[in-house]
Amino acid sequence: MSNLGKIKCLAGTVIRADSASPVSNFEVARVGSERLLGEVIRIDGKEVDIQVYEEIDGVHVGEPVEFTGEPLGVDLGPGLLGSVLDGIGRPLGGFSSEEAGAFFLKRGFFSRSLDPGTRWAFFPLKSPGDNLSPGDALGFVKEGEDFKHLVMAPLGSEMSRVREIASPGTLVTVDDAVGVLENSLAITPCQRWHVRTPRPCVERLPFSEPLITGQRVLDTLFPVALGGAAVIPGGFGTGKTVTQQSLAKWCNAGVVVYIGCGERGNEMTEVLEEFPHLKDPHTGRTLMERMVLIANTSNMPVAAREASIYLGMSIAEYFRDMGLDVALMADSTSRWAEALREISGRLGEMPGEEGYPAYLGSRLAQYYERAGRVRVLGEPQRKGSITIFNAVSPAGGDFSEPVTQASLRLSGTFWALDKRLAEGRHFPSVNWKQSYSLYEKALEPFFLENLGEQWKDCASFLKSLLERETELLSLVQIVGRDALSEQDKWDLEMGEIVRVAFLQQNAYDPHDAFNTLEQQMRLSEILKDLQCLVSEEIERGVLHQQVQGLGLLRQVLALRGAPAEDFEKRSHQWLEEVARSLTTSEGR
Amino acid sequence: MDLYREGTRSISGVTGPLLFVSNGRKAALGELVTIETSKGKRTGQVLQIDGDLCAIQVFEGTLGLNPGDCTVWFEKDVVKVRLGQVLMGQTLDGRGIPRGGKALPCFEKEVPITGSPLNPAMRAGPSDFVETGIASIDLLNTIVRGQKLPVFSGSGLPANEIAAQVVRQAHVPGNPEQFLVVFAAIGITEREARFFRDSFEESGALFNGVFVVNLAGDSAVERLLAPRTALTIAEYFAFDRGYDVLVVMTDMLHYCEALREVSAAREEAPGRRGFPGYLYSDLASLYERAGCVKGLKGSITQIPIVSMPGDDMTHPVVDLSGYITEGQIVLDRGLQARGVYPPINVLSSLSRLMNKGIGEGRTFAGHRQVADQLFASYARSREVSRLRLIVGDEGLTETELHYLRFGSAFERLFLDQGDSALSIGESLAAAVRALSTLPDEELFRIPADLMEEIRRVRLDR
Repeated sequence: MSNLGKIKCLAGTVIRADSASPVSNFEVARVGSERLLGEVIRIDGKEVDIQVYEEIDGVHVGEPVEFTGEPLGVDLGPGLLGSVLDGIGRPLGGFSSEEAGAFFLKRGFFSRSLDPGTRWAFFPLKSPGDNLSPGDALGFVKEGEDFKHLVMAPLGSEMSRVREIASPGTLVTVDDAVGVLENSLAITPCQRWHVRTPRPCVERLPFSEPLITGQRVLDTLFPVALGGAAVIPGGFGTGKTVTQQSLAKWCNAGVVVYIGCGERGNEMTEVLEEFPHLKDPHTGRTLMERMVLIANTSNMPVAAREASIYLGMSIAEYFRDMGLDVALMADSTSRWAEALREISGRLGEMPGEEGYPAYLGSRLAQYYERAGRVRVLGEPQRKGSITIFNAVSPAGGDFSEPVTQASLRLSGTFWALDKRLAEGRHFPSVNWKQSYSLYEKALEPFFLENLGEQWKDCASFLKSLLERETELLSLVQIVGRDALSEQDKWDLEMGEIVRVAFLQQNAYDPHDAFNTLEQQMRLSEILKDLQCLVSEEIERGVLHQQVQGLGLLRQVLALRGAPAEDFEKRSHQWLEEVARSLTTSEGR
Repeated sequence: MDLYREGTRSISGVTGPLLFVSNGRKAALGELVTIETSKGKRTGQVLQIDGDLCAIQVFEGTLGLNPGDCTVWFEKDVVKVRLGQVLMGQTLDGRGIPRGGKALPCFEKEVPITGSPLNPAMRAGPSDFVETGIASIDLLNTIVRGQKLPVFSGSGLPANEIAAQVVRQAHVPGNPEQFLVVFAAIGITEREARFFRDSFEESGALFNGVFVVNLAGDSAVERLLAPRTALTIAEYFAFDRGYDVLVVMTDMLHYCEALREVSAAREEAPGRRGFPGYLYSDLASLYERAGCVKGLKGSITQIPIVSMPGDDMTHPVVDLSGYITEGQIVLDRGLQARGVYPPINVLSSLSRLMNKGIGEGRTFAGHRQVADQLFASYARSREVSRLRLIVGDEGLTETELHYLRFGSAFERLFLDQGDSALSIGESLAAAVRALSTLPDEELFRIPADLMEEIRRVRLDR
């Protein structure tokens, strides 16, 4: 039973309507004769403010508004992986021929996120008579080569017994019933979820494992826990997007949900053109097969940008509920906050810091708190996680602005991207002085168990050396490089070797783009051995100039490119060579 | 044509560029209106409707507008521009009407100037190298077809000259067809407009180009239309006619100031430096109209020019432009003072799409490595010259002195190319000459075959 109203005021993306009967906050409204999608965001007596997810040019005062009584929802089910959706869940690729091939987005088109035409092979996990509680897997459908997409009893449904169930291999569309319960509830592969509501779970689990990103500076120095949250702030041109794309490519998550929230259209194209051709190093499938892309680029309507992160989060939670580790990336939180600010401004609300609404922090918290590592509802028992990677684009590169600060309070890892490093083409431009990870303690047992005691020494060696280099560089500013002791001169050179060979990582070089934890540790071990070796020689009287003549940096880079199998052997040979050439030069 | 139109005379006020009508019940958001006075006609657009009260921005400005002498007609249409091949070589005003003339009598179609967002799933990734003939752009901040790359310039720096040079020289190697130039002058002075006109006339761009001109003395509200008109025309030539279109827009700062003027008149809550909170989305609606589309031949490449007030890169207009566009070319006062032309600060400049357009088969093998080496070495040389100010030459090591020499060689031999057009090969040769001032062990990023070349050049010297 829908409820009708009439448009009274129009400004930008917000309209005001009056409604005859009461409406609820955040219910979906269809605006005007074109039935544009919108959402109620404020109720004032009989007057209702609605944010509209599309451009509203050409809409008249007095046109009807229809209140649907339902909050904003999305269809979750097979077919999500590999798809491209806009901020409110409409497929941008289009299913039917009339929708596909639209170069320019037409407003008012209405489409579901799942293709109702595709047929999937269903395989049951339960038999008639079995109990089925919310979250229990009734069966699965096969998606792609070997992905088992669980068909779960909808959360919030009542426990019942299975009365009928489809036989193995039955081809079904997302709307066909694959089973019927004794309470007459038909289970379909597709379930609807209201995007602003968190999906429940049994309990939250403590952090115990890292999410492996394959980036040396991130995994070794500033690791993020599975189920944690990392914030990546940086001014323009510091490589936020490249870092996020590297994470999307190489991290060991089962599913990646990538939200292009108010960013460039060409970046979405890049992902769409590149990812179907790249292999996931962990499973061997193409990267696109584990990816859901939500594209609400900067020129698309602003209100849909606000909704896009909730949509992405709901999709991530759905895959988490299947027992998968999900990485959720949003580029960028600042654009989302700006959308919030724009809508708030149109409502004439009292502005908080820098014009952002006073509820910025609490809205962000609602989003961040949906991440985590959990035991999910239903049988068989499963654990799943959502790890958040959020880029932040602070105005003028100033990290003290409200969005960066609010994000920092809610997350555990901070990867500060630095303009100076980016200008010197040091990528990823993670500033090792400013960045931090609060998960180090929680993850220590994991690292010690998997990499051994050396891991701790290696990480602390890198940190102390970089710290020493910083000190020495400020000393050089005063006395010049020539006035340093031989050991200090070498420490400076070693600092450079660590920066170039370890911290820098070339996202475009197929051999260097991804490092396993073992590779990372072996490389840092070699560097540590090199430091010990040369320091000893210098103590014995070798001059730094002699060391410099060896061109160690170039040799380390060549060694780094060596195949993983014989890295161990070659690196030992190389260290011996270095030792030999230093002792002979001493003799001369 | 409607035989019956309803006009209203109930004008409740005039503020800045806005006119308020208190009987706007029939209006639609964004609707075109005609304002008839005894002294002639003006046009405007509905900005906001609040019950009966309707705010209209007047394109020609409100100077001399008398509320008692106005009749407002709602045109039941949005602002559109007339498109057709006849536009070629024309000079239009901000609304797309030939300057000082009448609307085009014959045209192919009429399209709303706001355009629609390009479907991100239907874009084609830009990847064709555009040779601009400027070494510091081609080698270090390569532009590709379909990119949007602004020029950030402080006052007094030669942004206009560089933009004109790019228009004159830019081509896609192997593609004989020239770019079609759509030029949007947004609030620039008569002198600047004349410079561009003369320069384009000389290079022939004037005859196959379209010029949308809103000068500093013209209405500020019309300034909001000029880039949209220009981009609508560009989209027509690119996606209907298959041209590669190069859109030069100057100066985006004036555009944003006009936006601020209208926003202030609407009494909206101001954001940073008084600019409205939706500045990012508004700028994105312009910049994002660059690109290529799957299955279509044409493309739109944008070079907007953005002034940096007080050379401040954190100014909201510059900052937001940097966040939306795919890189930036930054001009540098220090280089200008040292007599280097074009004074492009390669370290703060960036082309995000560079990697798509370079490498073997596009420019040359090893392009990325050479560029990385140049960036890293030049960054180091800048650091050393700062250090030198403190500790003097005596405090520097041998290696650091090499970097100082490299720094000046890089500026003299590579950056300072003057007005000439260099092919990518010539640019590389200049880079090799500069790199040969550094010893081998510092050039660890350079591939082996180029290393040979560098050693040869070093011996010749």
